[in-house]
Amino acid sequence: MSATPAVSAEAWETVVGLEVHCELRTATKLFCGCPNRFGQEPNTQICPVCTGQPGSLPVLNRMAVEMAMRIGVALYCRIEPSIFHRKNYFYPDMPKDYQVSQYDRPINIDGWLELPSGGRIGIERAHLEEDTGKITHVGGAGRIHDASHSLIDYNRAGVPLVEIVSRPDIRSAVQARDYVAELRSILVATGASDGKMEEGSLRVDANVSIRPEGSTEFGTRCEIKNLNSLRSLVRAIDYEVGRQIEVLTEGGRIILETRHWDEAGGRTTSGRTKEQSEDYRYFPEPDLVPLAPDAGWLARVEAAMPVLPAARRGRLAEVTGAPTEDIAVLVESGLDDLVLAAVAAGADARTAVNRATNEVAGALENGPPPPAESFARLVKMETEGALTATQAKTVLADMLRDGGEPEELARQRGFEALASDALADAVSAAIEANPGEWERFKAGEAKVAGFFVGQIMKATRGNADGGAVTAELRRRAGM
Amino acid sequence: MTPGTHTAGPAGTGGAGRTALETAEAVRSGRLKAADVLEENLAAIRAREPELHAFNLVLEDRARAEAAAVDEAVVAGRDPGRLAGVTVALKDNLCTRGVETTCSSRILEGWLPPYDATVVTRLRQEGAVVVGKTNLDEFAMGSSTENSAFGPTRNPHDPTRVPGGSSGGSAAAVAAGFAGLALGSDTGGSIRQPAALCGVVGLKPTYGLVSRYGLVAFASSLDQIGPFAGSVADAALLLEVIAGHDPMDSTSLDAPAPSLLEGLGQGVEGLRVGIVTELMDGVEPSAAAAVEAAAAVLSAAGAKVDRVSVPAAVYGLSAYYLIAPAEASSNLARYDGVRYGMRAEGPGAGGPGSGDVSAMFAATRAAGFGDEVKRRIMLGTYALSAGYYDAYYGQAQRVRTLIIGDFDAAYRSFDVLLSPTTPGPAFEFDAKTSDPLAMYLSDVCTIPTNLAGHPAVTVPWWPEGSGLPLGVQVLAPALGEAVMLRAAAAIEAGAPPAPVAP
Repeated sequence: MSATPAVSAEAWETVVGLEVHCELRTATKLFCGCPNRFGQEPNTQICPVCTGQPGSLPVLNRMAVEMAMRIGVALYCRIEPSIFHRKNYFYPDMPKDYQVSQYDRPINIDGWLELPSGGRIGIERAHLEEDTGKITHVGGAGRIHDASHSLIDYNRAGVPLVEIVSRPDIRSAVQARDYVAELRSILVATGASDGKMEEGSLRVDANVSIRPEGSTEFGTRCEIKNLNSLRSLVRAIDYEVGRQIEVLTEGGRIILETRHWDEAGGRTTSGRTKEQSEDYRYFPEPDLVPLAPDAGWLARVEAAMPVLPAARRGRLAEVTGAPTEDIAVLVESGLDDLVLAAVAAGADARTAVNRATNEVAGALENGPPPPAESFARLVKMETEGALTATQAKTVLADMLRDGGEPEELARQRGFEALASDALADAVSAAIEANPGEWERFKAGEAKVAGFFVGQIMKATRGNADGGAVTAELRRRAGM
Repeated sequence: MTPGTHTAGPAGTGGAGRTALETAEAVRSGRLKAADVLEENLAAIRAREPELHAFNLVLEDRARAEAAAVDEAVVAGRDPGRLAGVTVALKDNLCTRGVETTCSSRILEGWLPPYDATVVTRLRQEGAVVVGKTNLDEFAMGSSTENSAFGPTRNPHDPTRVPGGSSGGSAAAVAAGFAGLALGSDTGGSIRQPAALCGVVGLKPTYGLVSRYGLVAFASSLDQIGPFAGSVADAALLLEVIAGHDPMDSTSLDAPAPSLLEGLGQGVEGLRVGIVTELMDGVEPSAAAAVEAAAAVLSAAGAKVDRVSVPAAVYGLSAYYLIAPAEASSNLARYDGVRYGMRAEGPGAGGPGSGDVSAMFAATRAAGFGDEVKRRIMLGTYALSAGYYDAYYGQAQRVRTLIIGDFDAAYRSFDVLLSPTTPGPAFEFDAKTSDPLAMYLSDVCTIPTNLAGHPAVTVPWWPEGSGLPLGVQVLAPALGEAVMLRAAAAIEAGAPPAPVAP
């Protein structure tokens, strides 16, 4: 951060409200039948409607409405009869030079999001609108003012968006990150979003202001655009808070404006001043009829809601008692069902959590998790001593990479089952061969345990479990 | 002869005195070739189009191919459709795939729509032959066709006078026998007013009865496509073809296409007819007299005629000139030079490398739009502006609600209403161009039905000894087209004969 606050940051409170634009995972666009697909050849997913050809008319995508309703339900919003408005302004990426959006009667209002760490962030609204096309400025390092010309791709024009507007309830950059991460999990869980921030499926604008600690009034805010990752979000808010503190402590004032996050430079730069902001001349979109989902539709949407991350975390915590961070990782990566199934099949909860969090979660990029039954048997083999922890990890890695059943893979690896009586025999032999060390262990010299583990490992060619060996030694010593 | 097919003028006949219904019947039965029908129309076009300028584009070759296809279908024993071989002229704000559609504006000059309007598709399915694209006031904004960027259309009955507008080209094309039928669009009277001034039947359907998909929007909540015809029955036929739900238009009513021809000749015995007092005030005596005479015709046929007040109708013009420009200001924003149509170039036009796309927008729109279009965009932009919205657009919408309420009240006591279509007959060129308000008043009788979303039809009425036609307007409640056309057919049957063809 280049802006060093002149006074202690503790004197100021950060206030953040977030606007998250979520591209819906519908098969087709919001108002026409064009495919809603990312990464296609420019201007191949277009038709008269989404390019704003004269005479074309919008027809609302029912699935987009349904996804918006799911989001509303997931965020505890009231789902209301709504209408669409036109937001009028000229820009080349907007085919009609107005955006069809929801204004004073959005579909979802007044909800909240529960943070994993506890605490609620209010949701003001979550409304439907259409996306714009995408401009590429050619030449002049991609800046409009130096570009030789600009190219417009309308593939994205008309893609359905839900804009989720939080209340200014967020008090730190980290909380903002947690909010977006949790919101992303919720959106993915509802099936409304693929959650891919890097592809622009989720785009975040942050309204940031500061106020003296203890103040109940809000300071003047700046809206930071172009936050394409959680990391950018945190950095941008931290930078912006620092900048605002510096301005205010030097006696300046914050101007209501849009600021752009410069990822490379690590700073926000001034965009357009909102005090001279455009008048969007909103008026009800006459080409669409009011949207009033009936009670039956809403009931069907509610009935079909998946279990949401918060509830999944609660269930997993209840069953496994695992630490909060592990629970968050498992739910985030969708492995909670795997762990729950393993536990239900008799596997040790703690071991299942460890293997899922450390081994399975890390390998998800390369392939799907193992079948729950196989995973459960692997965990059981480990807890029952059939495999050591190290061996279990090796076998699990084999399962993740090649598939297959744990028993077979263990056999192929030559990991022989070391039944508990075999372990007992090995321990007896080691004690007999090393009476001096055994006396020292019994006298309370704990580090001697390591000597015995080493001896027994050697004798069993690594098929013993260190923990089990120590436990057996302690049992015999009457500890 | 089908009941009610009395032709009120030389209109829609292709010069051979046939109605569209008769033409279609003759072509379907093989007694008449679609190709011959077309040649009659093309001959009429060659004779008078240079003088009248009804068309922006005559599609001679395409029309010949379409007519040949109809004749082939007949020979092959396939159903050629209900409009088999009937020539139709399309207002040049209806999209035709691959055929230039200009809205009579420089800004759309050369634009080839990538799709057909739904009404055009339906016409083709029924064997109609599209003869050309007709002139209009730019973007349908006007009442005389003088606002066309490509020059005005002249009234076939008196070429020193306007044909009305905005669908002046379609009205003139039917009146002059250039086509058997025509389609226009009616936002505040743009079908009915020119139909009245050209002595043909013109009908504005219930909002939502006809798909607007492919009609270049002027004011979306008011625009409706409707027929021009030489007779009430022909108008009913064309409406039957184009009406009905279209999944491409969200405001299209989810109702089956009405059956209109069937009951056309049932008469008006017992029909309750109300003359709208507010719409009789301030019109020329001849226009009021035409309505009284038409009412007498209905009375004589057994209808019960009385006066009725629709008080809020007097606010129609004011409300209209806020709502329509407001919607237009948004609908016409897309003509920015980026994707299609004209793009201004040269100094100050923000060319490549200037980084100034706003300058390109401004230069394109300054050069591409005519004065009336600019006037309405400015009016509408103002009416929607922050701080003015409630006083203007909001208030106009409340007036609209009042007008609907007053009409609803009238229709509790009356089946149909009567009024003049226009305050007077066709006026001379330039008579009103310098006074926009006087021009706007041309639509004072037609605007209230657009605001209400109701249907209305104008029936030609030739005052005795006059060389210029007037129109009698029959209004009906939403989806009241059948009863409205029944009354119109009765008026048509009792109307004074048209003078000999001009």
